[in-house]
Amino acid sequence: MLKVKNLEKIFYKGTPNENVAIDKIDLTVNEGDFITIVGSNGAGKSTLLNSIAGVFPVENGSVILDNENITKKSEYKCAQKIGRVFQNPLAGTSPEMTIEENLSLAISKSRNLSLRWGLSKHKREIMRKHLEKIDLGLEKRLTTKVKLLSGGQRQALTLLMATVANPRLLLLDEHTAALDPATAIKIKNLTVELVNENNITTLMITHNMEDAIKMGNRLIMMDGGQIIYDIKAEEKKDLTIEKLLKMFEIKHGGQFNNDRMLLSV
Amino acid sequence: MNLSFAITSLEQGLAFGIMALGVFISFRILDFADLTVDGSLPLGAAVSARLLVAGVNPFVTLAAAVAAGGMAGAITGFLNTKLKIAPLLSGILTMTSLYSINLRVMGRPNIPLIGKGTIFSFIRDLGVPYPWNNLLLLILVIVAVKLILDAFLNTQIGFALRATGDNPQMIRSMGISTNSMKMLGLILSNALVSLSGALVGQYQGFADVNMGVGTIVAGLASVIIGEVVIGDSSIIIATLGVIIGSILYRFSISIALNLGLAASDLKLLTAILVIIFLSTPRIKKALR
Repeated sequence: MLKVKNLEKIFYKGTPNENVAIDKIDLTVNEGDFITIVGSNGAGKSTLLNSIAGVFPVENGSVILDNENITKKSEYKCAQKIGRVFQNPLAGTSPEMTIEENLSLAISKSRNLSLRWGLSKHKREIMRKHLEKIDLGLEKRLTTKVKLLSGGQRQALTLLMATVANPRLLLLDEHTAALDPATAIKIKNLTVELVNENNITTLMITHNMEDAIKMGNRLIMMDGGQIIYDIKAEEKKDLTIEKLLKMFEIKHGGQFNNDRMLLSV
Repeated sequence: MNLSFAITSLEQGLAFGIMALGVFISFRILDFADLTVDGSLPLGAAVSARLLVAGVNPFVTLAAAVAAGGMAGAITGFLNTKLKIAPLLSGILTMTSLYSINLRVMGRPNIPLIGKGTIFSFIRDLGVPYPWNNLLLLILVIVAVKLILDAFLNTQIGFALRATGDNPQMIRSMGISTNSMKMLGLILSNALVSLSGALVGQYQGFADVNMGVGTIVAGLASVIIGEVVIGDSSIIIATLGVIIGSILYRFSISIALNLGLAASDLKLLTAILVIIFLSTPRIKKALR
């Protein structure tokens, strides 16, 4: 359903600081795939997701979603089919607006905006149902401004907003990295729940090897702007952290340089 | 301070209150410090006055002023979203161009409206005596504008507009173009400012090319006074605050004048007032 062909992204092209962030990547994602992406710092993980989401123009190659070439589409147009959650819990919600106002935007995402009321009884009912599922008591606080919520609550809300309109593709960029361990576990469980329930095709960057192995049906390891391993279903089940690190060292010719990743092993 | 002073302040507060609602849209909702308003306020007065002199129905001239102000906002929006000129500079460029355009529209620096039928004289001729004709009309207009604005900001598009100023990244993730929203907000904002200019022109009986100087600061003062005095817990409260803020601002100006302050010192006073109100939260924090 998603095809990335010969994708190339170069930052500061033609300057002494030229940096090939994505080095001719090919990737085919199948319907229903839940892919975890690992790699050292600067491997190109975030750049890959940003390229798919249309955040910036790419030098070469194409991104095809549902047989539609979205390579040159701007970020907001791509977003009509793609849900995203960022590392920063503040990035995905509007702090001065209430929970229900934020959710309203997410629910009407797939439709054209109109001059109809942003809120209605019907919409509130849908919201309550969704909020009850994430089990943080937010269904009783519909009119609370989002800035009053904790980071974890905001990230849960962002996750809900990213999935509620049934996107074709969900892009998660270390979305639990800024949370405390207990909250991170909650958000991870919620992620699996929401993704499975709606069968959303997902790409998730993580710095946590254990999560990368446990979650999803496919694991991609990146290094130097390339995909160095693409480990699928059966093979992934036998994977361990030690094996994964060994594999990395063979290809990279050196140790994993992501401190956070080693610490979280 | 006598009664006529109070009535004048109230009238001015209401007439300029619509301008303050426009500034509220750009400054607070879009988070876009838009200086276009210093040009779009006299633009409204100019368009309305020129048409009045040409014999057009005074109410129709208001609609023309709204359209002209919307266009001015669209130009600032174009400069910022398409040509990627910084918000502040986009506004300054449009404001500067409008000075020439306003002179072109009027054909001279000042158009007196004495003896011309205005919306205010129209109501007076219906049998509403001065000063009730002014007050009645201004209250009707501002209440209508407030209610429509409140309603609009609670529609789907209104939500998107509010989120654009609050968190543009989020609104892009929701599949909405931040550029379109900025454009829309600037058009609405300047349309209101221009309407206010047309009302002020008809109210004071002339349009002058220099009447826009300091509009943005007066608008900011109103918005901020409103926030401090009334609050901004919801849109309905916030827009009410802006109107009350505008009235309080005009009263404080009147009081300052009554205390013997020279009219030429007013801009300085306004700027100081805005500085005090803008810094209040910080000062409060520091004292705690």
